[in-house]
Amino acid sequence: MAVLTYRDALTQALREELQRDDRVFLMGEEVAQYNGAYKVSKGLLDEFGPMRIVDTPITELGFAGVGVGAAMVGLRPIVEFMTWNFALLALDEVVNAAAKMLYMSGGQFKMPMVFRGPNGAALQLSAQHSQAWESWLAHIPGLKVCTPGTPADAKGLLKSAIRDDNPVVFLEGEMLYNTKGEVPDGDHIVPLGVAEVKRQGDHCSVITHGKMVLVAMRVADDLAKEGINIDVVDLRTVRPIDVEAISRSVQKTNRAVVLEEGWEICGMGSQVVDFIQRECFDDLDAPVLRVHQEDVPMPYAKNLERAAKPDAGKTIAAIKKVMYLD
Amino acid sequence: MATKVTMEALSPTMEEGRLVKWTKNEGDQVKSGDVLAEVETDKAVMELVARGDGVLRKRLANEGDASPVGTLLAVIAAPDENIDSIVGSAVPAAAPAASSAPAAAAPSARPAPSPTQAQSPPSTPPPQQAAATPSVAPPRPAAPRPPAPPAAPRGNGSAQAAAPSAPGGRQRSSPLARRLANERGIQLGAVQGTGPGGRIVKRDVENAKAAGGGAARSAAADRLATEGDFKDVPLTQIRKTIARRLAESNGPVPTFFLTAEYDATRGAELRTQLLEMGEQYKVSFNDIVIKAVALSLAEHPEVNAHWLGDKIRHFNRIHVAMAVAVEDGLITPVLFDADRMTLWEISEKARELAKKARERRLMPEEYTGATFTVSNLGMFGIDQFTAIINPPEAGILAIGGVEEKPVVIEGQLVVRERMRVTMSCDHRAVDGATGAKFLQTVKRYIENPLSLII
Repeated sequence: MAVLTYRDALTQALREELQRDDRVFLMGEEVAQYNGAYKVSKGLLDEFGPMRIVDTPITELGFAGVGVGAAMVGLRPIVEFMTWNFALLALDEVVNAAAKMLYMSGGQFKMPMVFRGPNGAALQLSAQHSQAWESWLAHIPGLKVCTPGTPADAKGLLKSAIRDDNPVVFLEGEMLYNTKGEVPDGDHIVPLGVAEVKRQGDHCSVITHGKMVLVAMRVADDLAKEGINIDVVDLRTVRPIDVEAISRSVQKTNRAVVLEEGWEICGMGSQVVDFIQRECFDDLDAPVLRVHQEDVPMPYAKNLERAAKPDAGKTIAAIKKVMYLD
Repeated sequence: MATKVTMEALSPTMEEGRLVKWTKNEGDQVKSGDVLAEVETDKAVMELVARGDGVLRKRLANEGDASPVGTLLAVIAAPDENIDSIVGSAVPAAAPAASSAPAAAAPSARPAPSPTQAQSPPSTPPPQQAAATPSVAPPRPAAPRPPAPPAAPRGNGSAQAAAPSAPGGRQRSSPLARRLANERGIQLGAVQGTGPGGRIVKRDVENAKAAGGGAARSAAADRLATEGDFKDVPLTQIRKTIARRLAESNGPVPTFFLTAEYDATRGAELRTQLLEMGEQYKVSFNDIVIKAVALSLAEHPEVNAHWLGDKIRHFNRIHVAMAVAVEDGLITPVLFDADRMTLWEISEKARELAKKARERRLMPEEYTGATFTVSNLGMFGIDQFTAIINPPEAGILAIGGVEEKPVVIEGQLVVRERMRVTMSCDHRAVDGATGAKFLQTVKRYIENPLSLII
C-alpha cells in the first residue's frame, strides 16, 4: 500500500476512472491548463486532452447546468467547484435540476454526475469562504453526499461517486489535501452509505465525518493516555447515512459525542442525535452532546477563528461530560 | 465520601413520602443501617435508614414535609468534608444538560465558578470517584485537573433554596440505568445517583446491591411467584372475547355480583359454646367467615385467581386479605396460607394485623400478595353491600351483619340467625356459575361450622 496525500489519492481516482470509462470528463474553473486551483487535476489535461479536461468561465451556475445536460445525454460529468462557497451560485442546478431529474422525468433521465470541491473552513478565509455545507446538501432527496476524511476514503469514495448513476455531492477539504495516509493500490472502492469505525473503544462513541475525523483521531490518541478509549465512527457518507453503524457503536459505549465542522442549528449532528435517541434510547447513560462551530459567521481574526472552530479540546470536554468525569 | 439521604420508595406504590420525625440530629454520628427518620408512605409509617457512615451533616427536609421519591433529604459525610455542591444539587436543575449544548461543548463559555466552588478544597473527591468501577470508568487523569464544577452547575449552594418540597424533585436516571435496574430487579429509589443533579447512571446501578431496596417488593412478589404455587391458564379465544367485550361494557374490571343468604345460627351457637369454654377460644364471626372462605378457595382455585391480562393465574396457595378500616382509608392485610391456619390462629393473626393496620405499622409484605379479599361491614349494621375488586384479584366477598330473621324451614316459620354475603367477580376470570358454586361451598362451611374446627 502506498502512502499518498489526500490530493494525490483524488487525482489517482480521477485518472483511473477517466481511463476506465470514456464517458467520464472533468470540467471547472482552472481544472485544465492550471492543473486545478488545488492541483487535484494535475497532469490530467496532458493525459486526456481538452475534450475530457475542460476549463470553464467563472460561471458556476452555467457550467453546473452544462454538466446536468451532459449527464442527461449519457455522459458522466465531474463538475469541480473551486470551493463549495462558490457553488452557492450553482445550487439551482444541483438542487432543482440534478437532484430532481430522475424523479421529475419519470425515470427517463439518470443523472450520473459528481459535483466536487473543497468544503468548510481553511485558515483565515473569513466568513464567506469558511463554510461547511453538508447539512444543506444532505437535506435534499435525490442527492448523495460524500465527506471523506482520509486519502484512502477520498479515493474509494470518489470512484464510487463517479460510477453511481445518481448525482453525488463530493465534499473535500482544503486543509485535508496535504494530509497523508495509506491508500490501497488498484481499484479501491468504498461503497456509499457505509461508515467505518476508525478506532475501537468502549467508553464513548465519537461520531463524525470529513475533516473532523482527524480531530477525532487526535482526541482518541490523547484520551488513550488517560485510559479513556473512544470509538471513532467515521460516517464517510452523510447521505445515505449508516444508522446501523451509529447504533452498534452507541449500544456498545452507552454514550456519544457528535462532532462536525458546521454550525449547530440543523447541522448533521442534529440528525445523528435524532437517530441515536430513536435507536438507542434504552442504551443511553447520558444525554448525547454535540461539538460544532460556534453559532457565528467565521471570524477573520486568528484567535477568534480558533475559538469559533470545533477542536480537540472542545471534543475532549464533551466526552468527559458524557462520561460524568468532569 | 458523602452519602445522600433521599426519599426512598418504601412501598411498591409509593410516589411521595411525608417525613414524620427525624430520629437523628445534625452532627450525630451515624452508620449504615441506623434509622434516620420515620416516613409516612401511602400505606404505613416506615423507617428511613442510613446507607452510609459518617456524620449527619445537613437535614434538608422538615418534619411534616412531603417529598417525592428521590428528593434529597439529608447529607451524611465526614465531619470536615465540603458538602456544598451536594446540598446545592438539591436545587432542581432547570433543564437537562444537553439543552445547553454550546456551553457544554465549550468550557470557555461556562460561567465563572460560583463562590462555593472556588472555596471547595481541592482535596474534596468528586462524588463519582469512589463509585467508579473498572468496567465503566477508566482511570482518572493523573494530570492536575481544573477546579471541578459541582455536579449540578446551576445549584447556588443555598440550603434554603434546596428545600425538598421544591418542584422537580423527581428522581433522575438515565434510560440505560433504568433498563439495567429493571433487568436486575433493583429499585431505583434505593440507588444513590452520582450523575449531574443526582442522576442515577449506569455505574450507580452496577454498584447497587441487587438485594438492597428491592426487598420490600420482592418479598411479596416472591411469595406469589414461587414455582408450583400457581397454575397459569392460557386464555382461550372465548375467554379473550369475554374479557374484551365485558371490559368495554363495564369499565376496566367488568364486575358482576352474586348475593347469597346463609344461615348463621349454628355458627352463632358455636361461637357461644367456644366462649363458654374460655376466653382463649373466643373467635369472631369474621374469623369464621375467613376460615370458611379459605377452605372454599382451596376447592375452587378458579376463584383464587389473578387476572393478568394475557392469562389467568390460579393459585394453589390461599392468601386471604381482609379489609381493615383505618383513620383515613382502608388497607388489606393478608392472612397467608389461611386455609392451613386453625380458626384460633386466624383469629389471633387477624387481631394483630388489624391493630398494626390502625397504628399504620404494617410492612409492605404484610399487605401485598393476596389471592382473594374479604370485606366485612357487619359490625357497622350493614346487612348487605357490594365491595370493589382489588385488581388483579378476581373476586372479593362482602360480608353483611348477622341478624335474626323469620324464615321458612320445612314449612315452618322460624326465627334464625341469617347473614348475607355478596361476591364481586371479575367476569374476565370468573363466570356466574363458577362464582355461584364457590358461594355454595362457602355456605356449606358456614352452615356446618364444625367442619371449620375439625
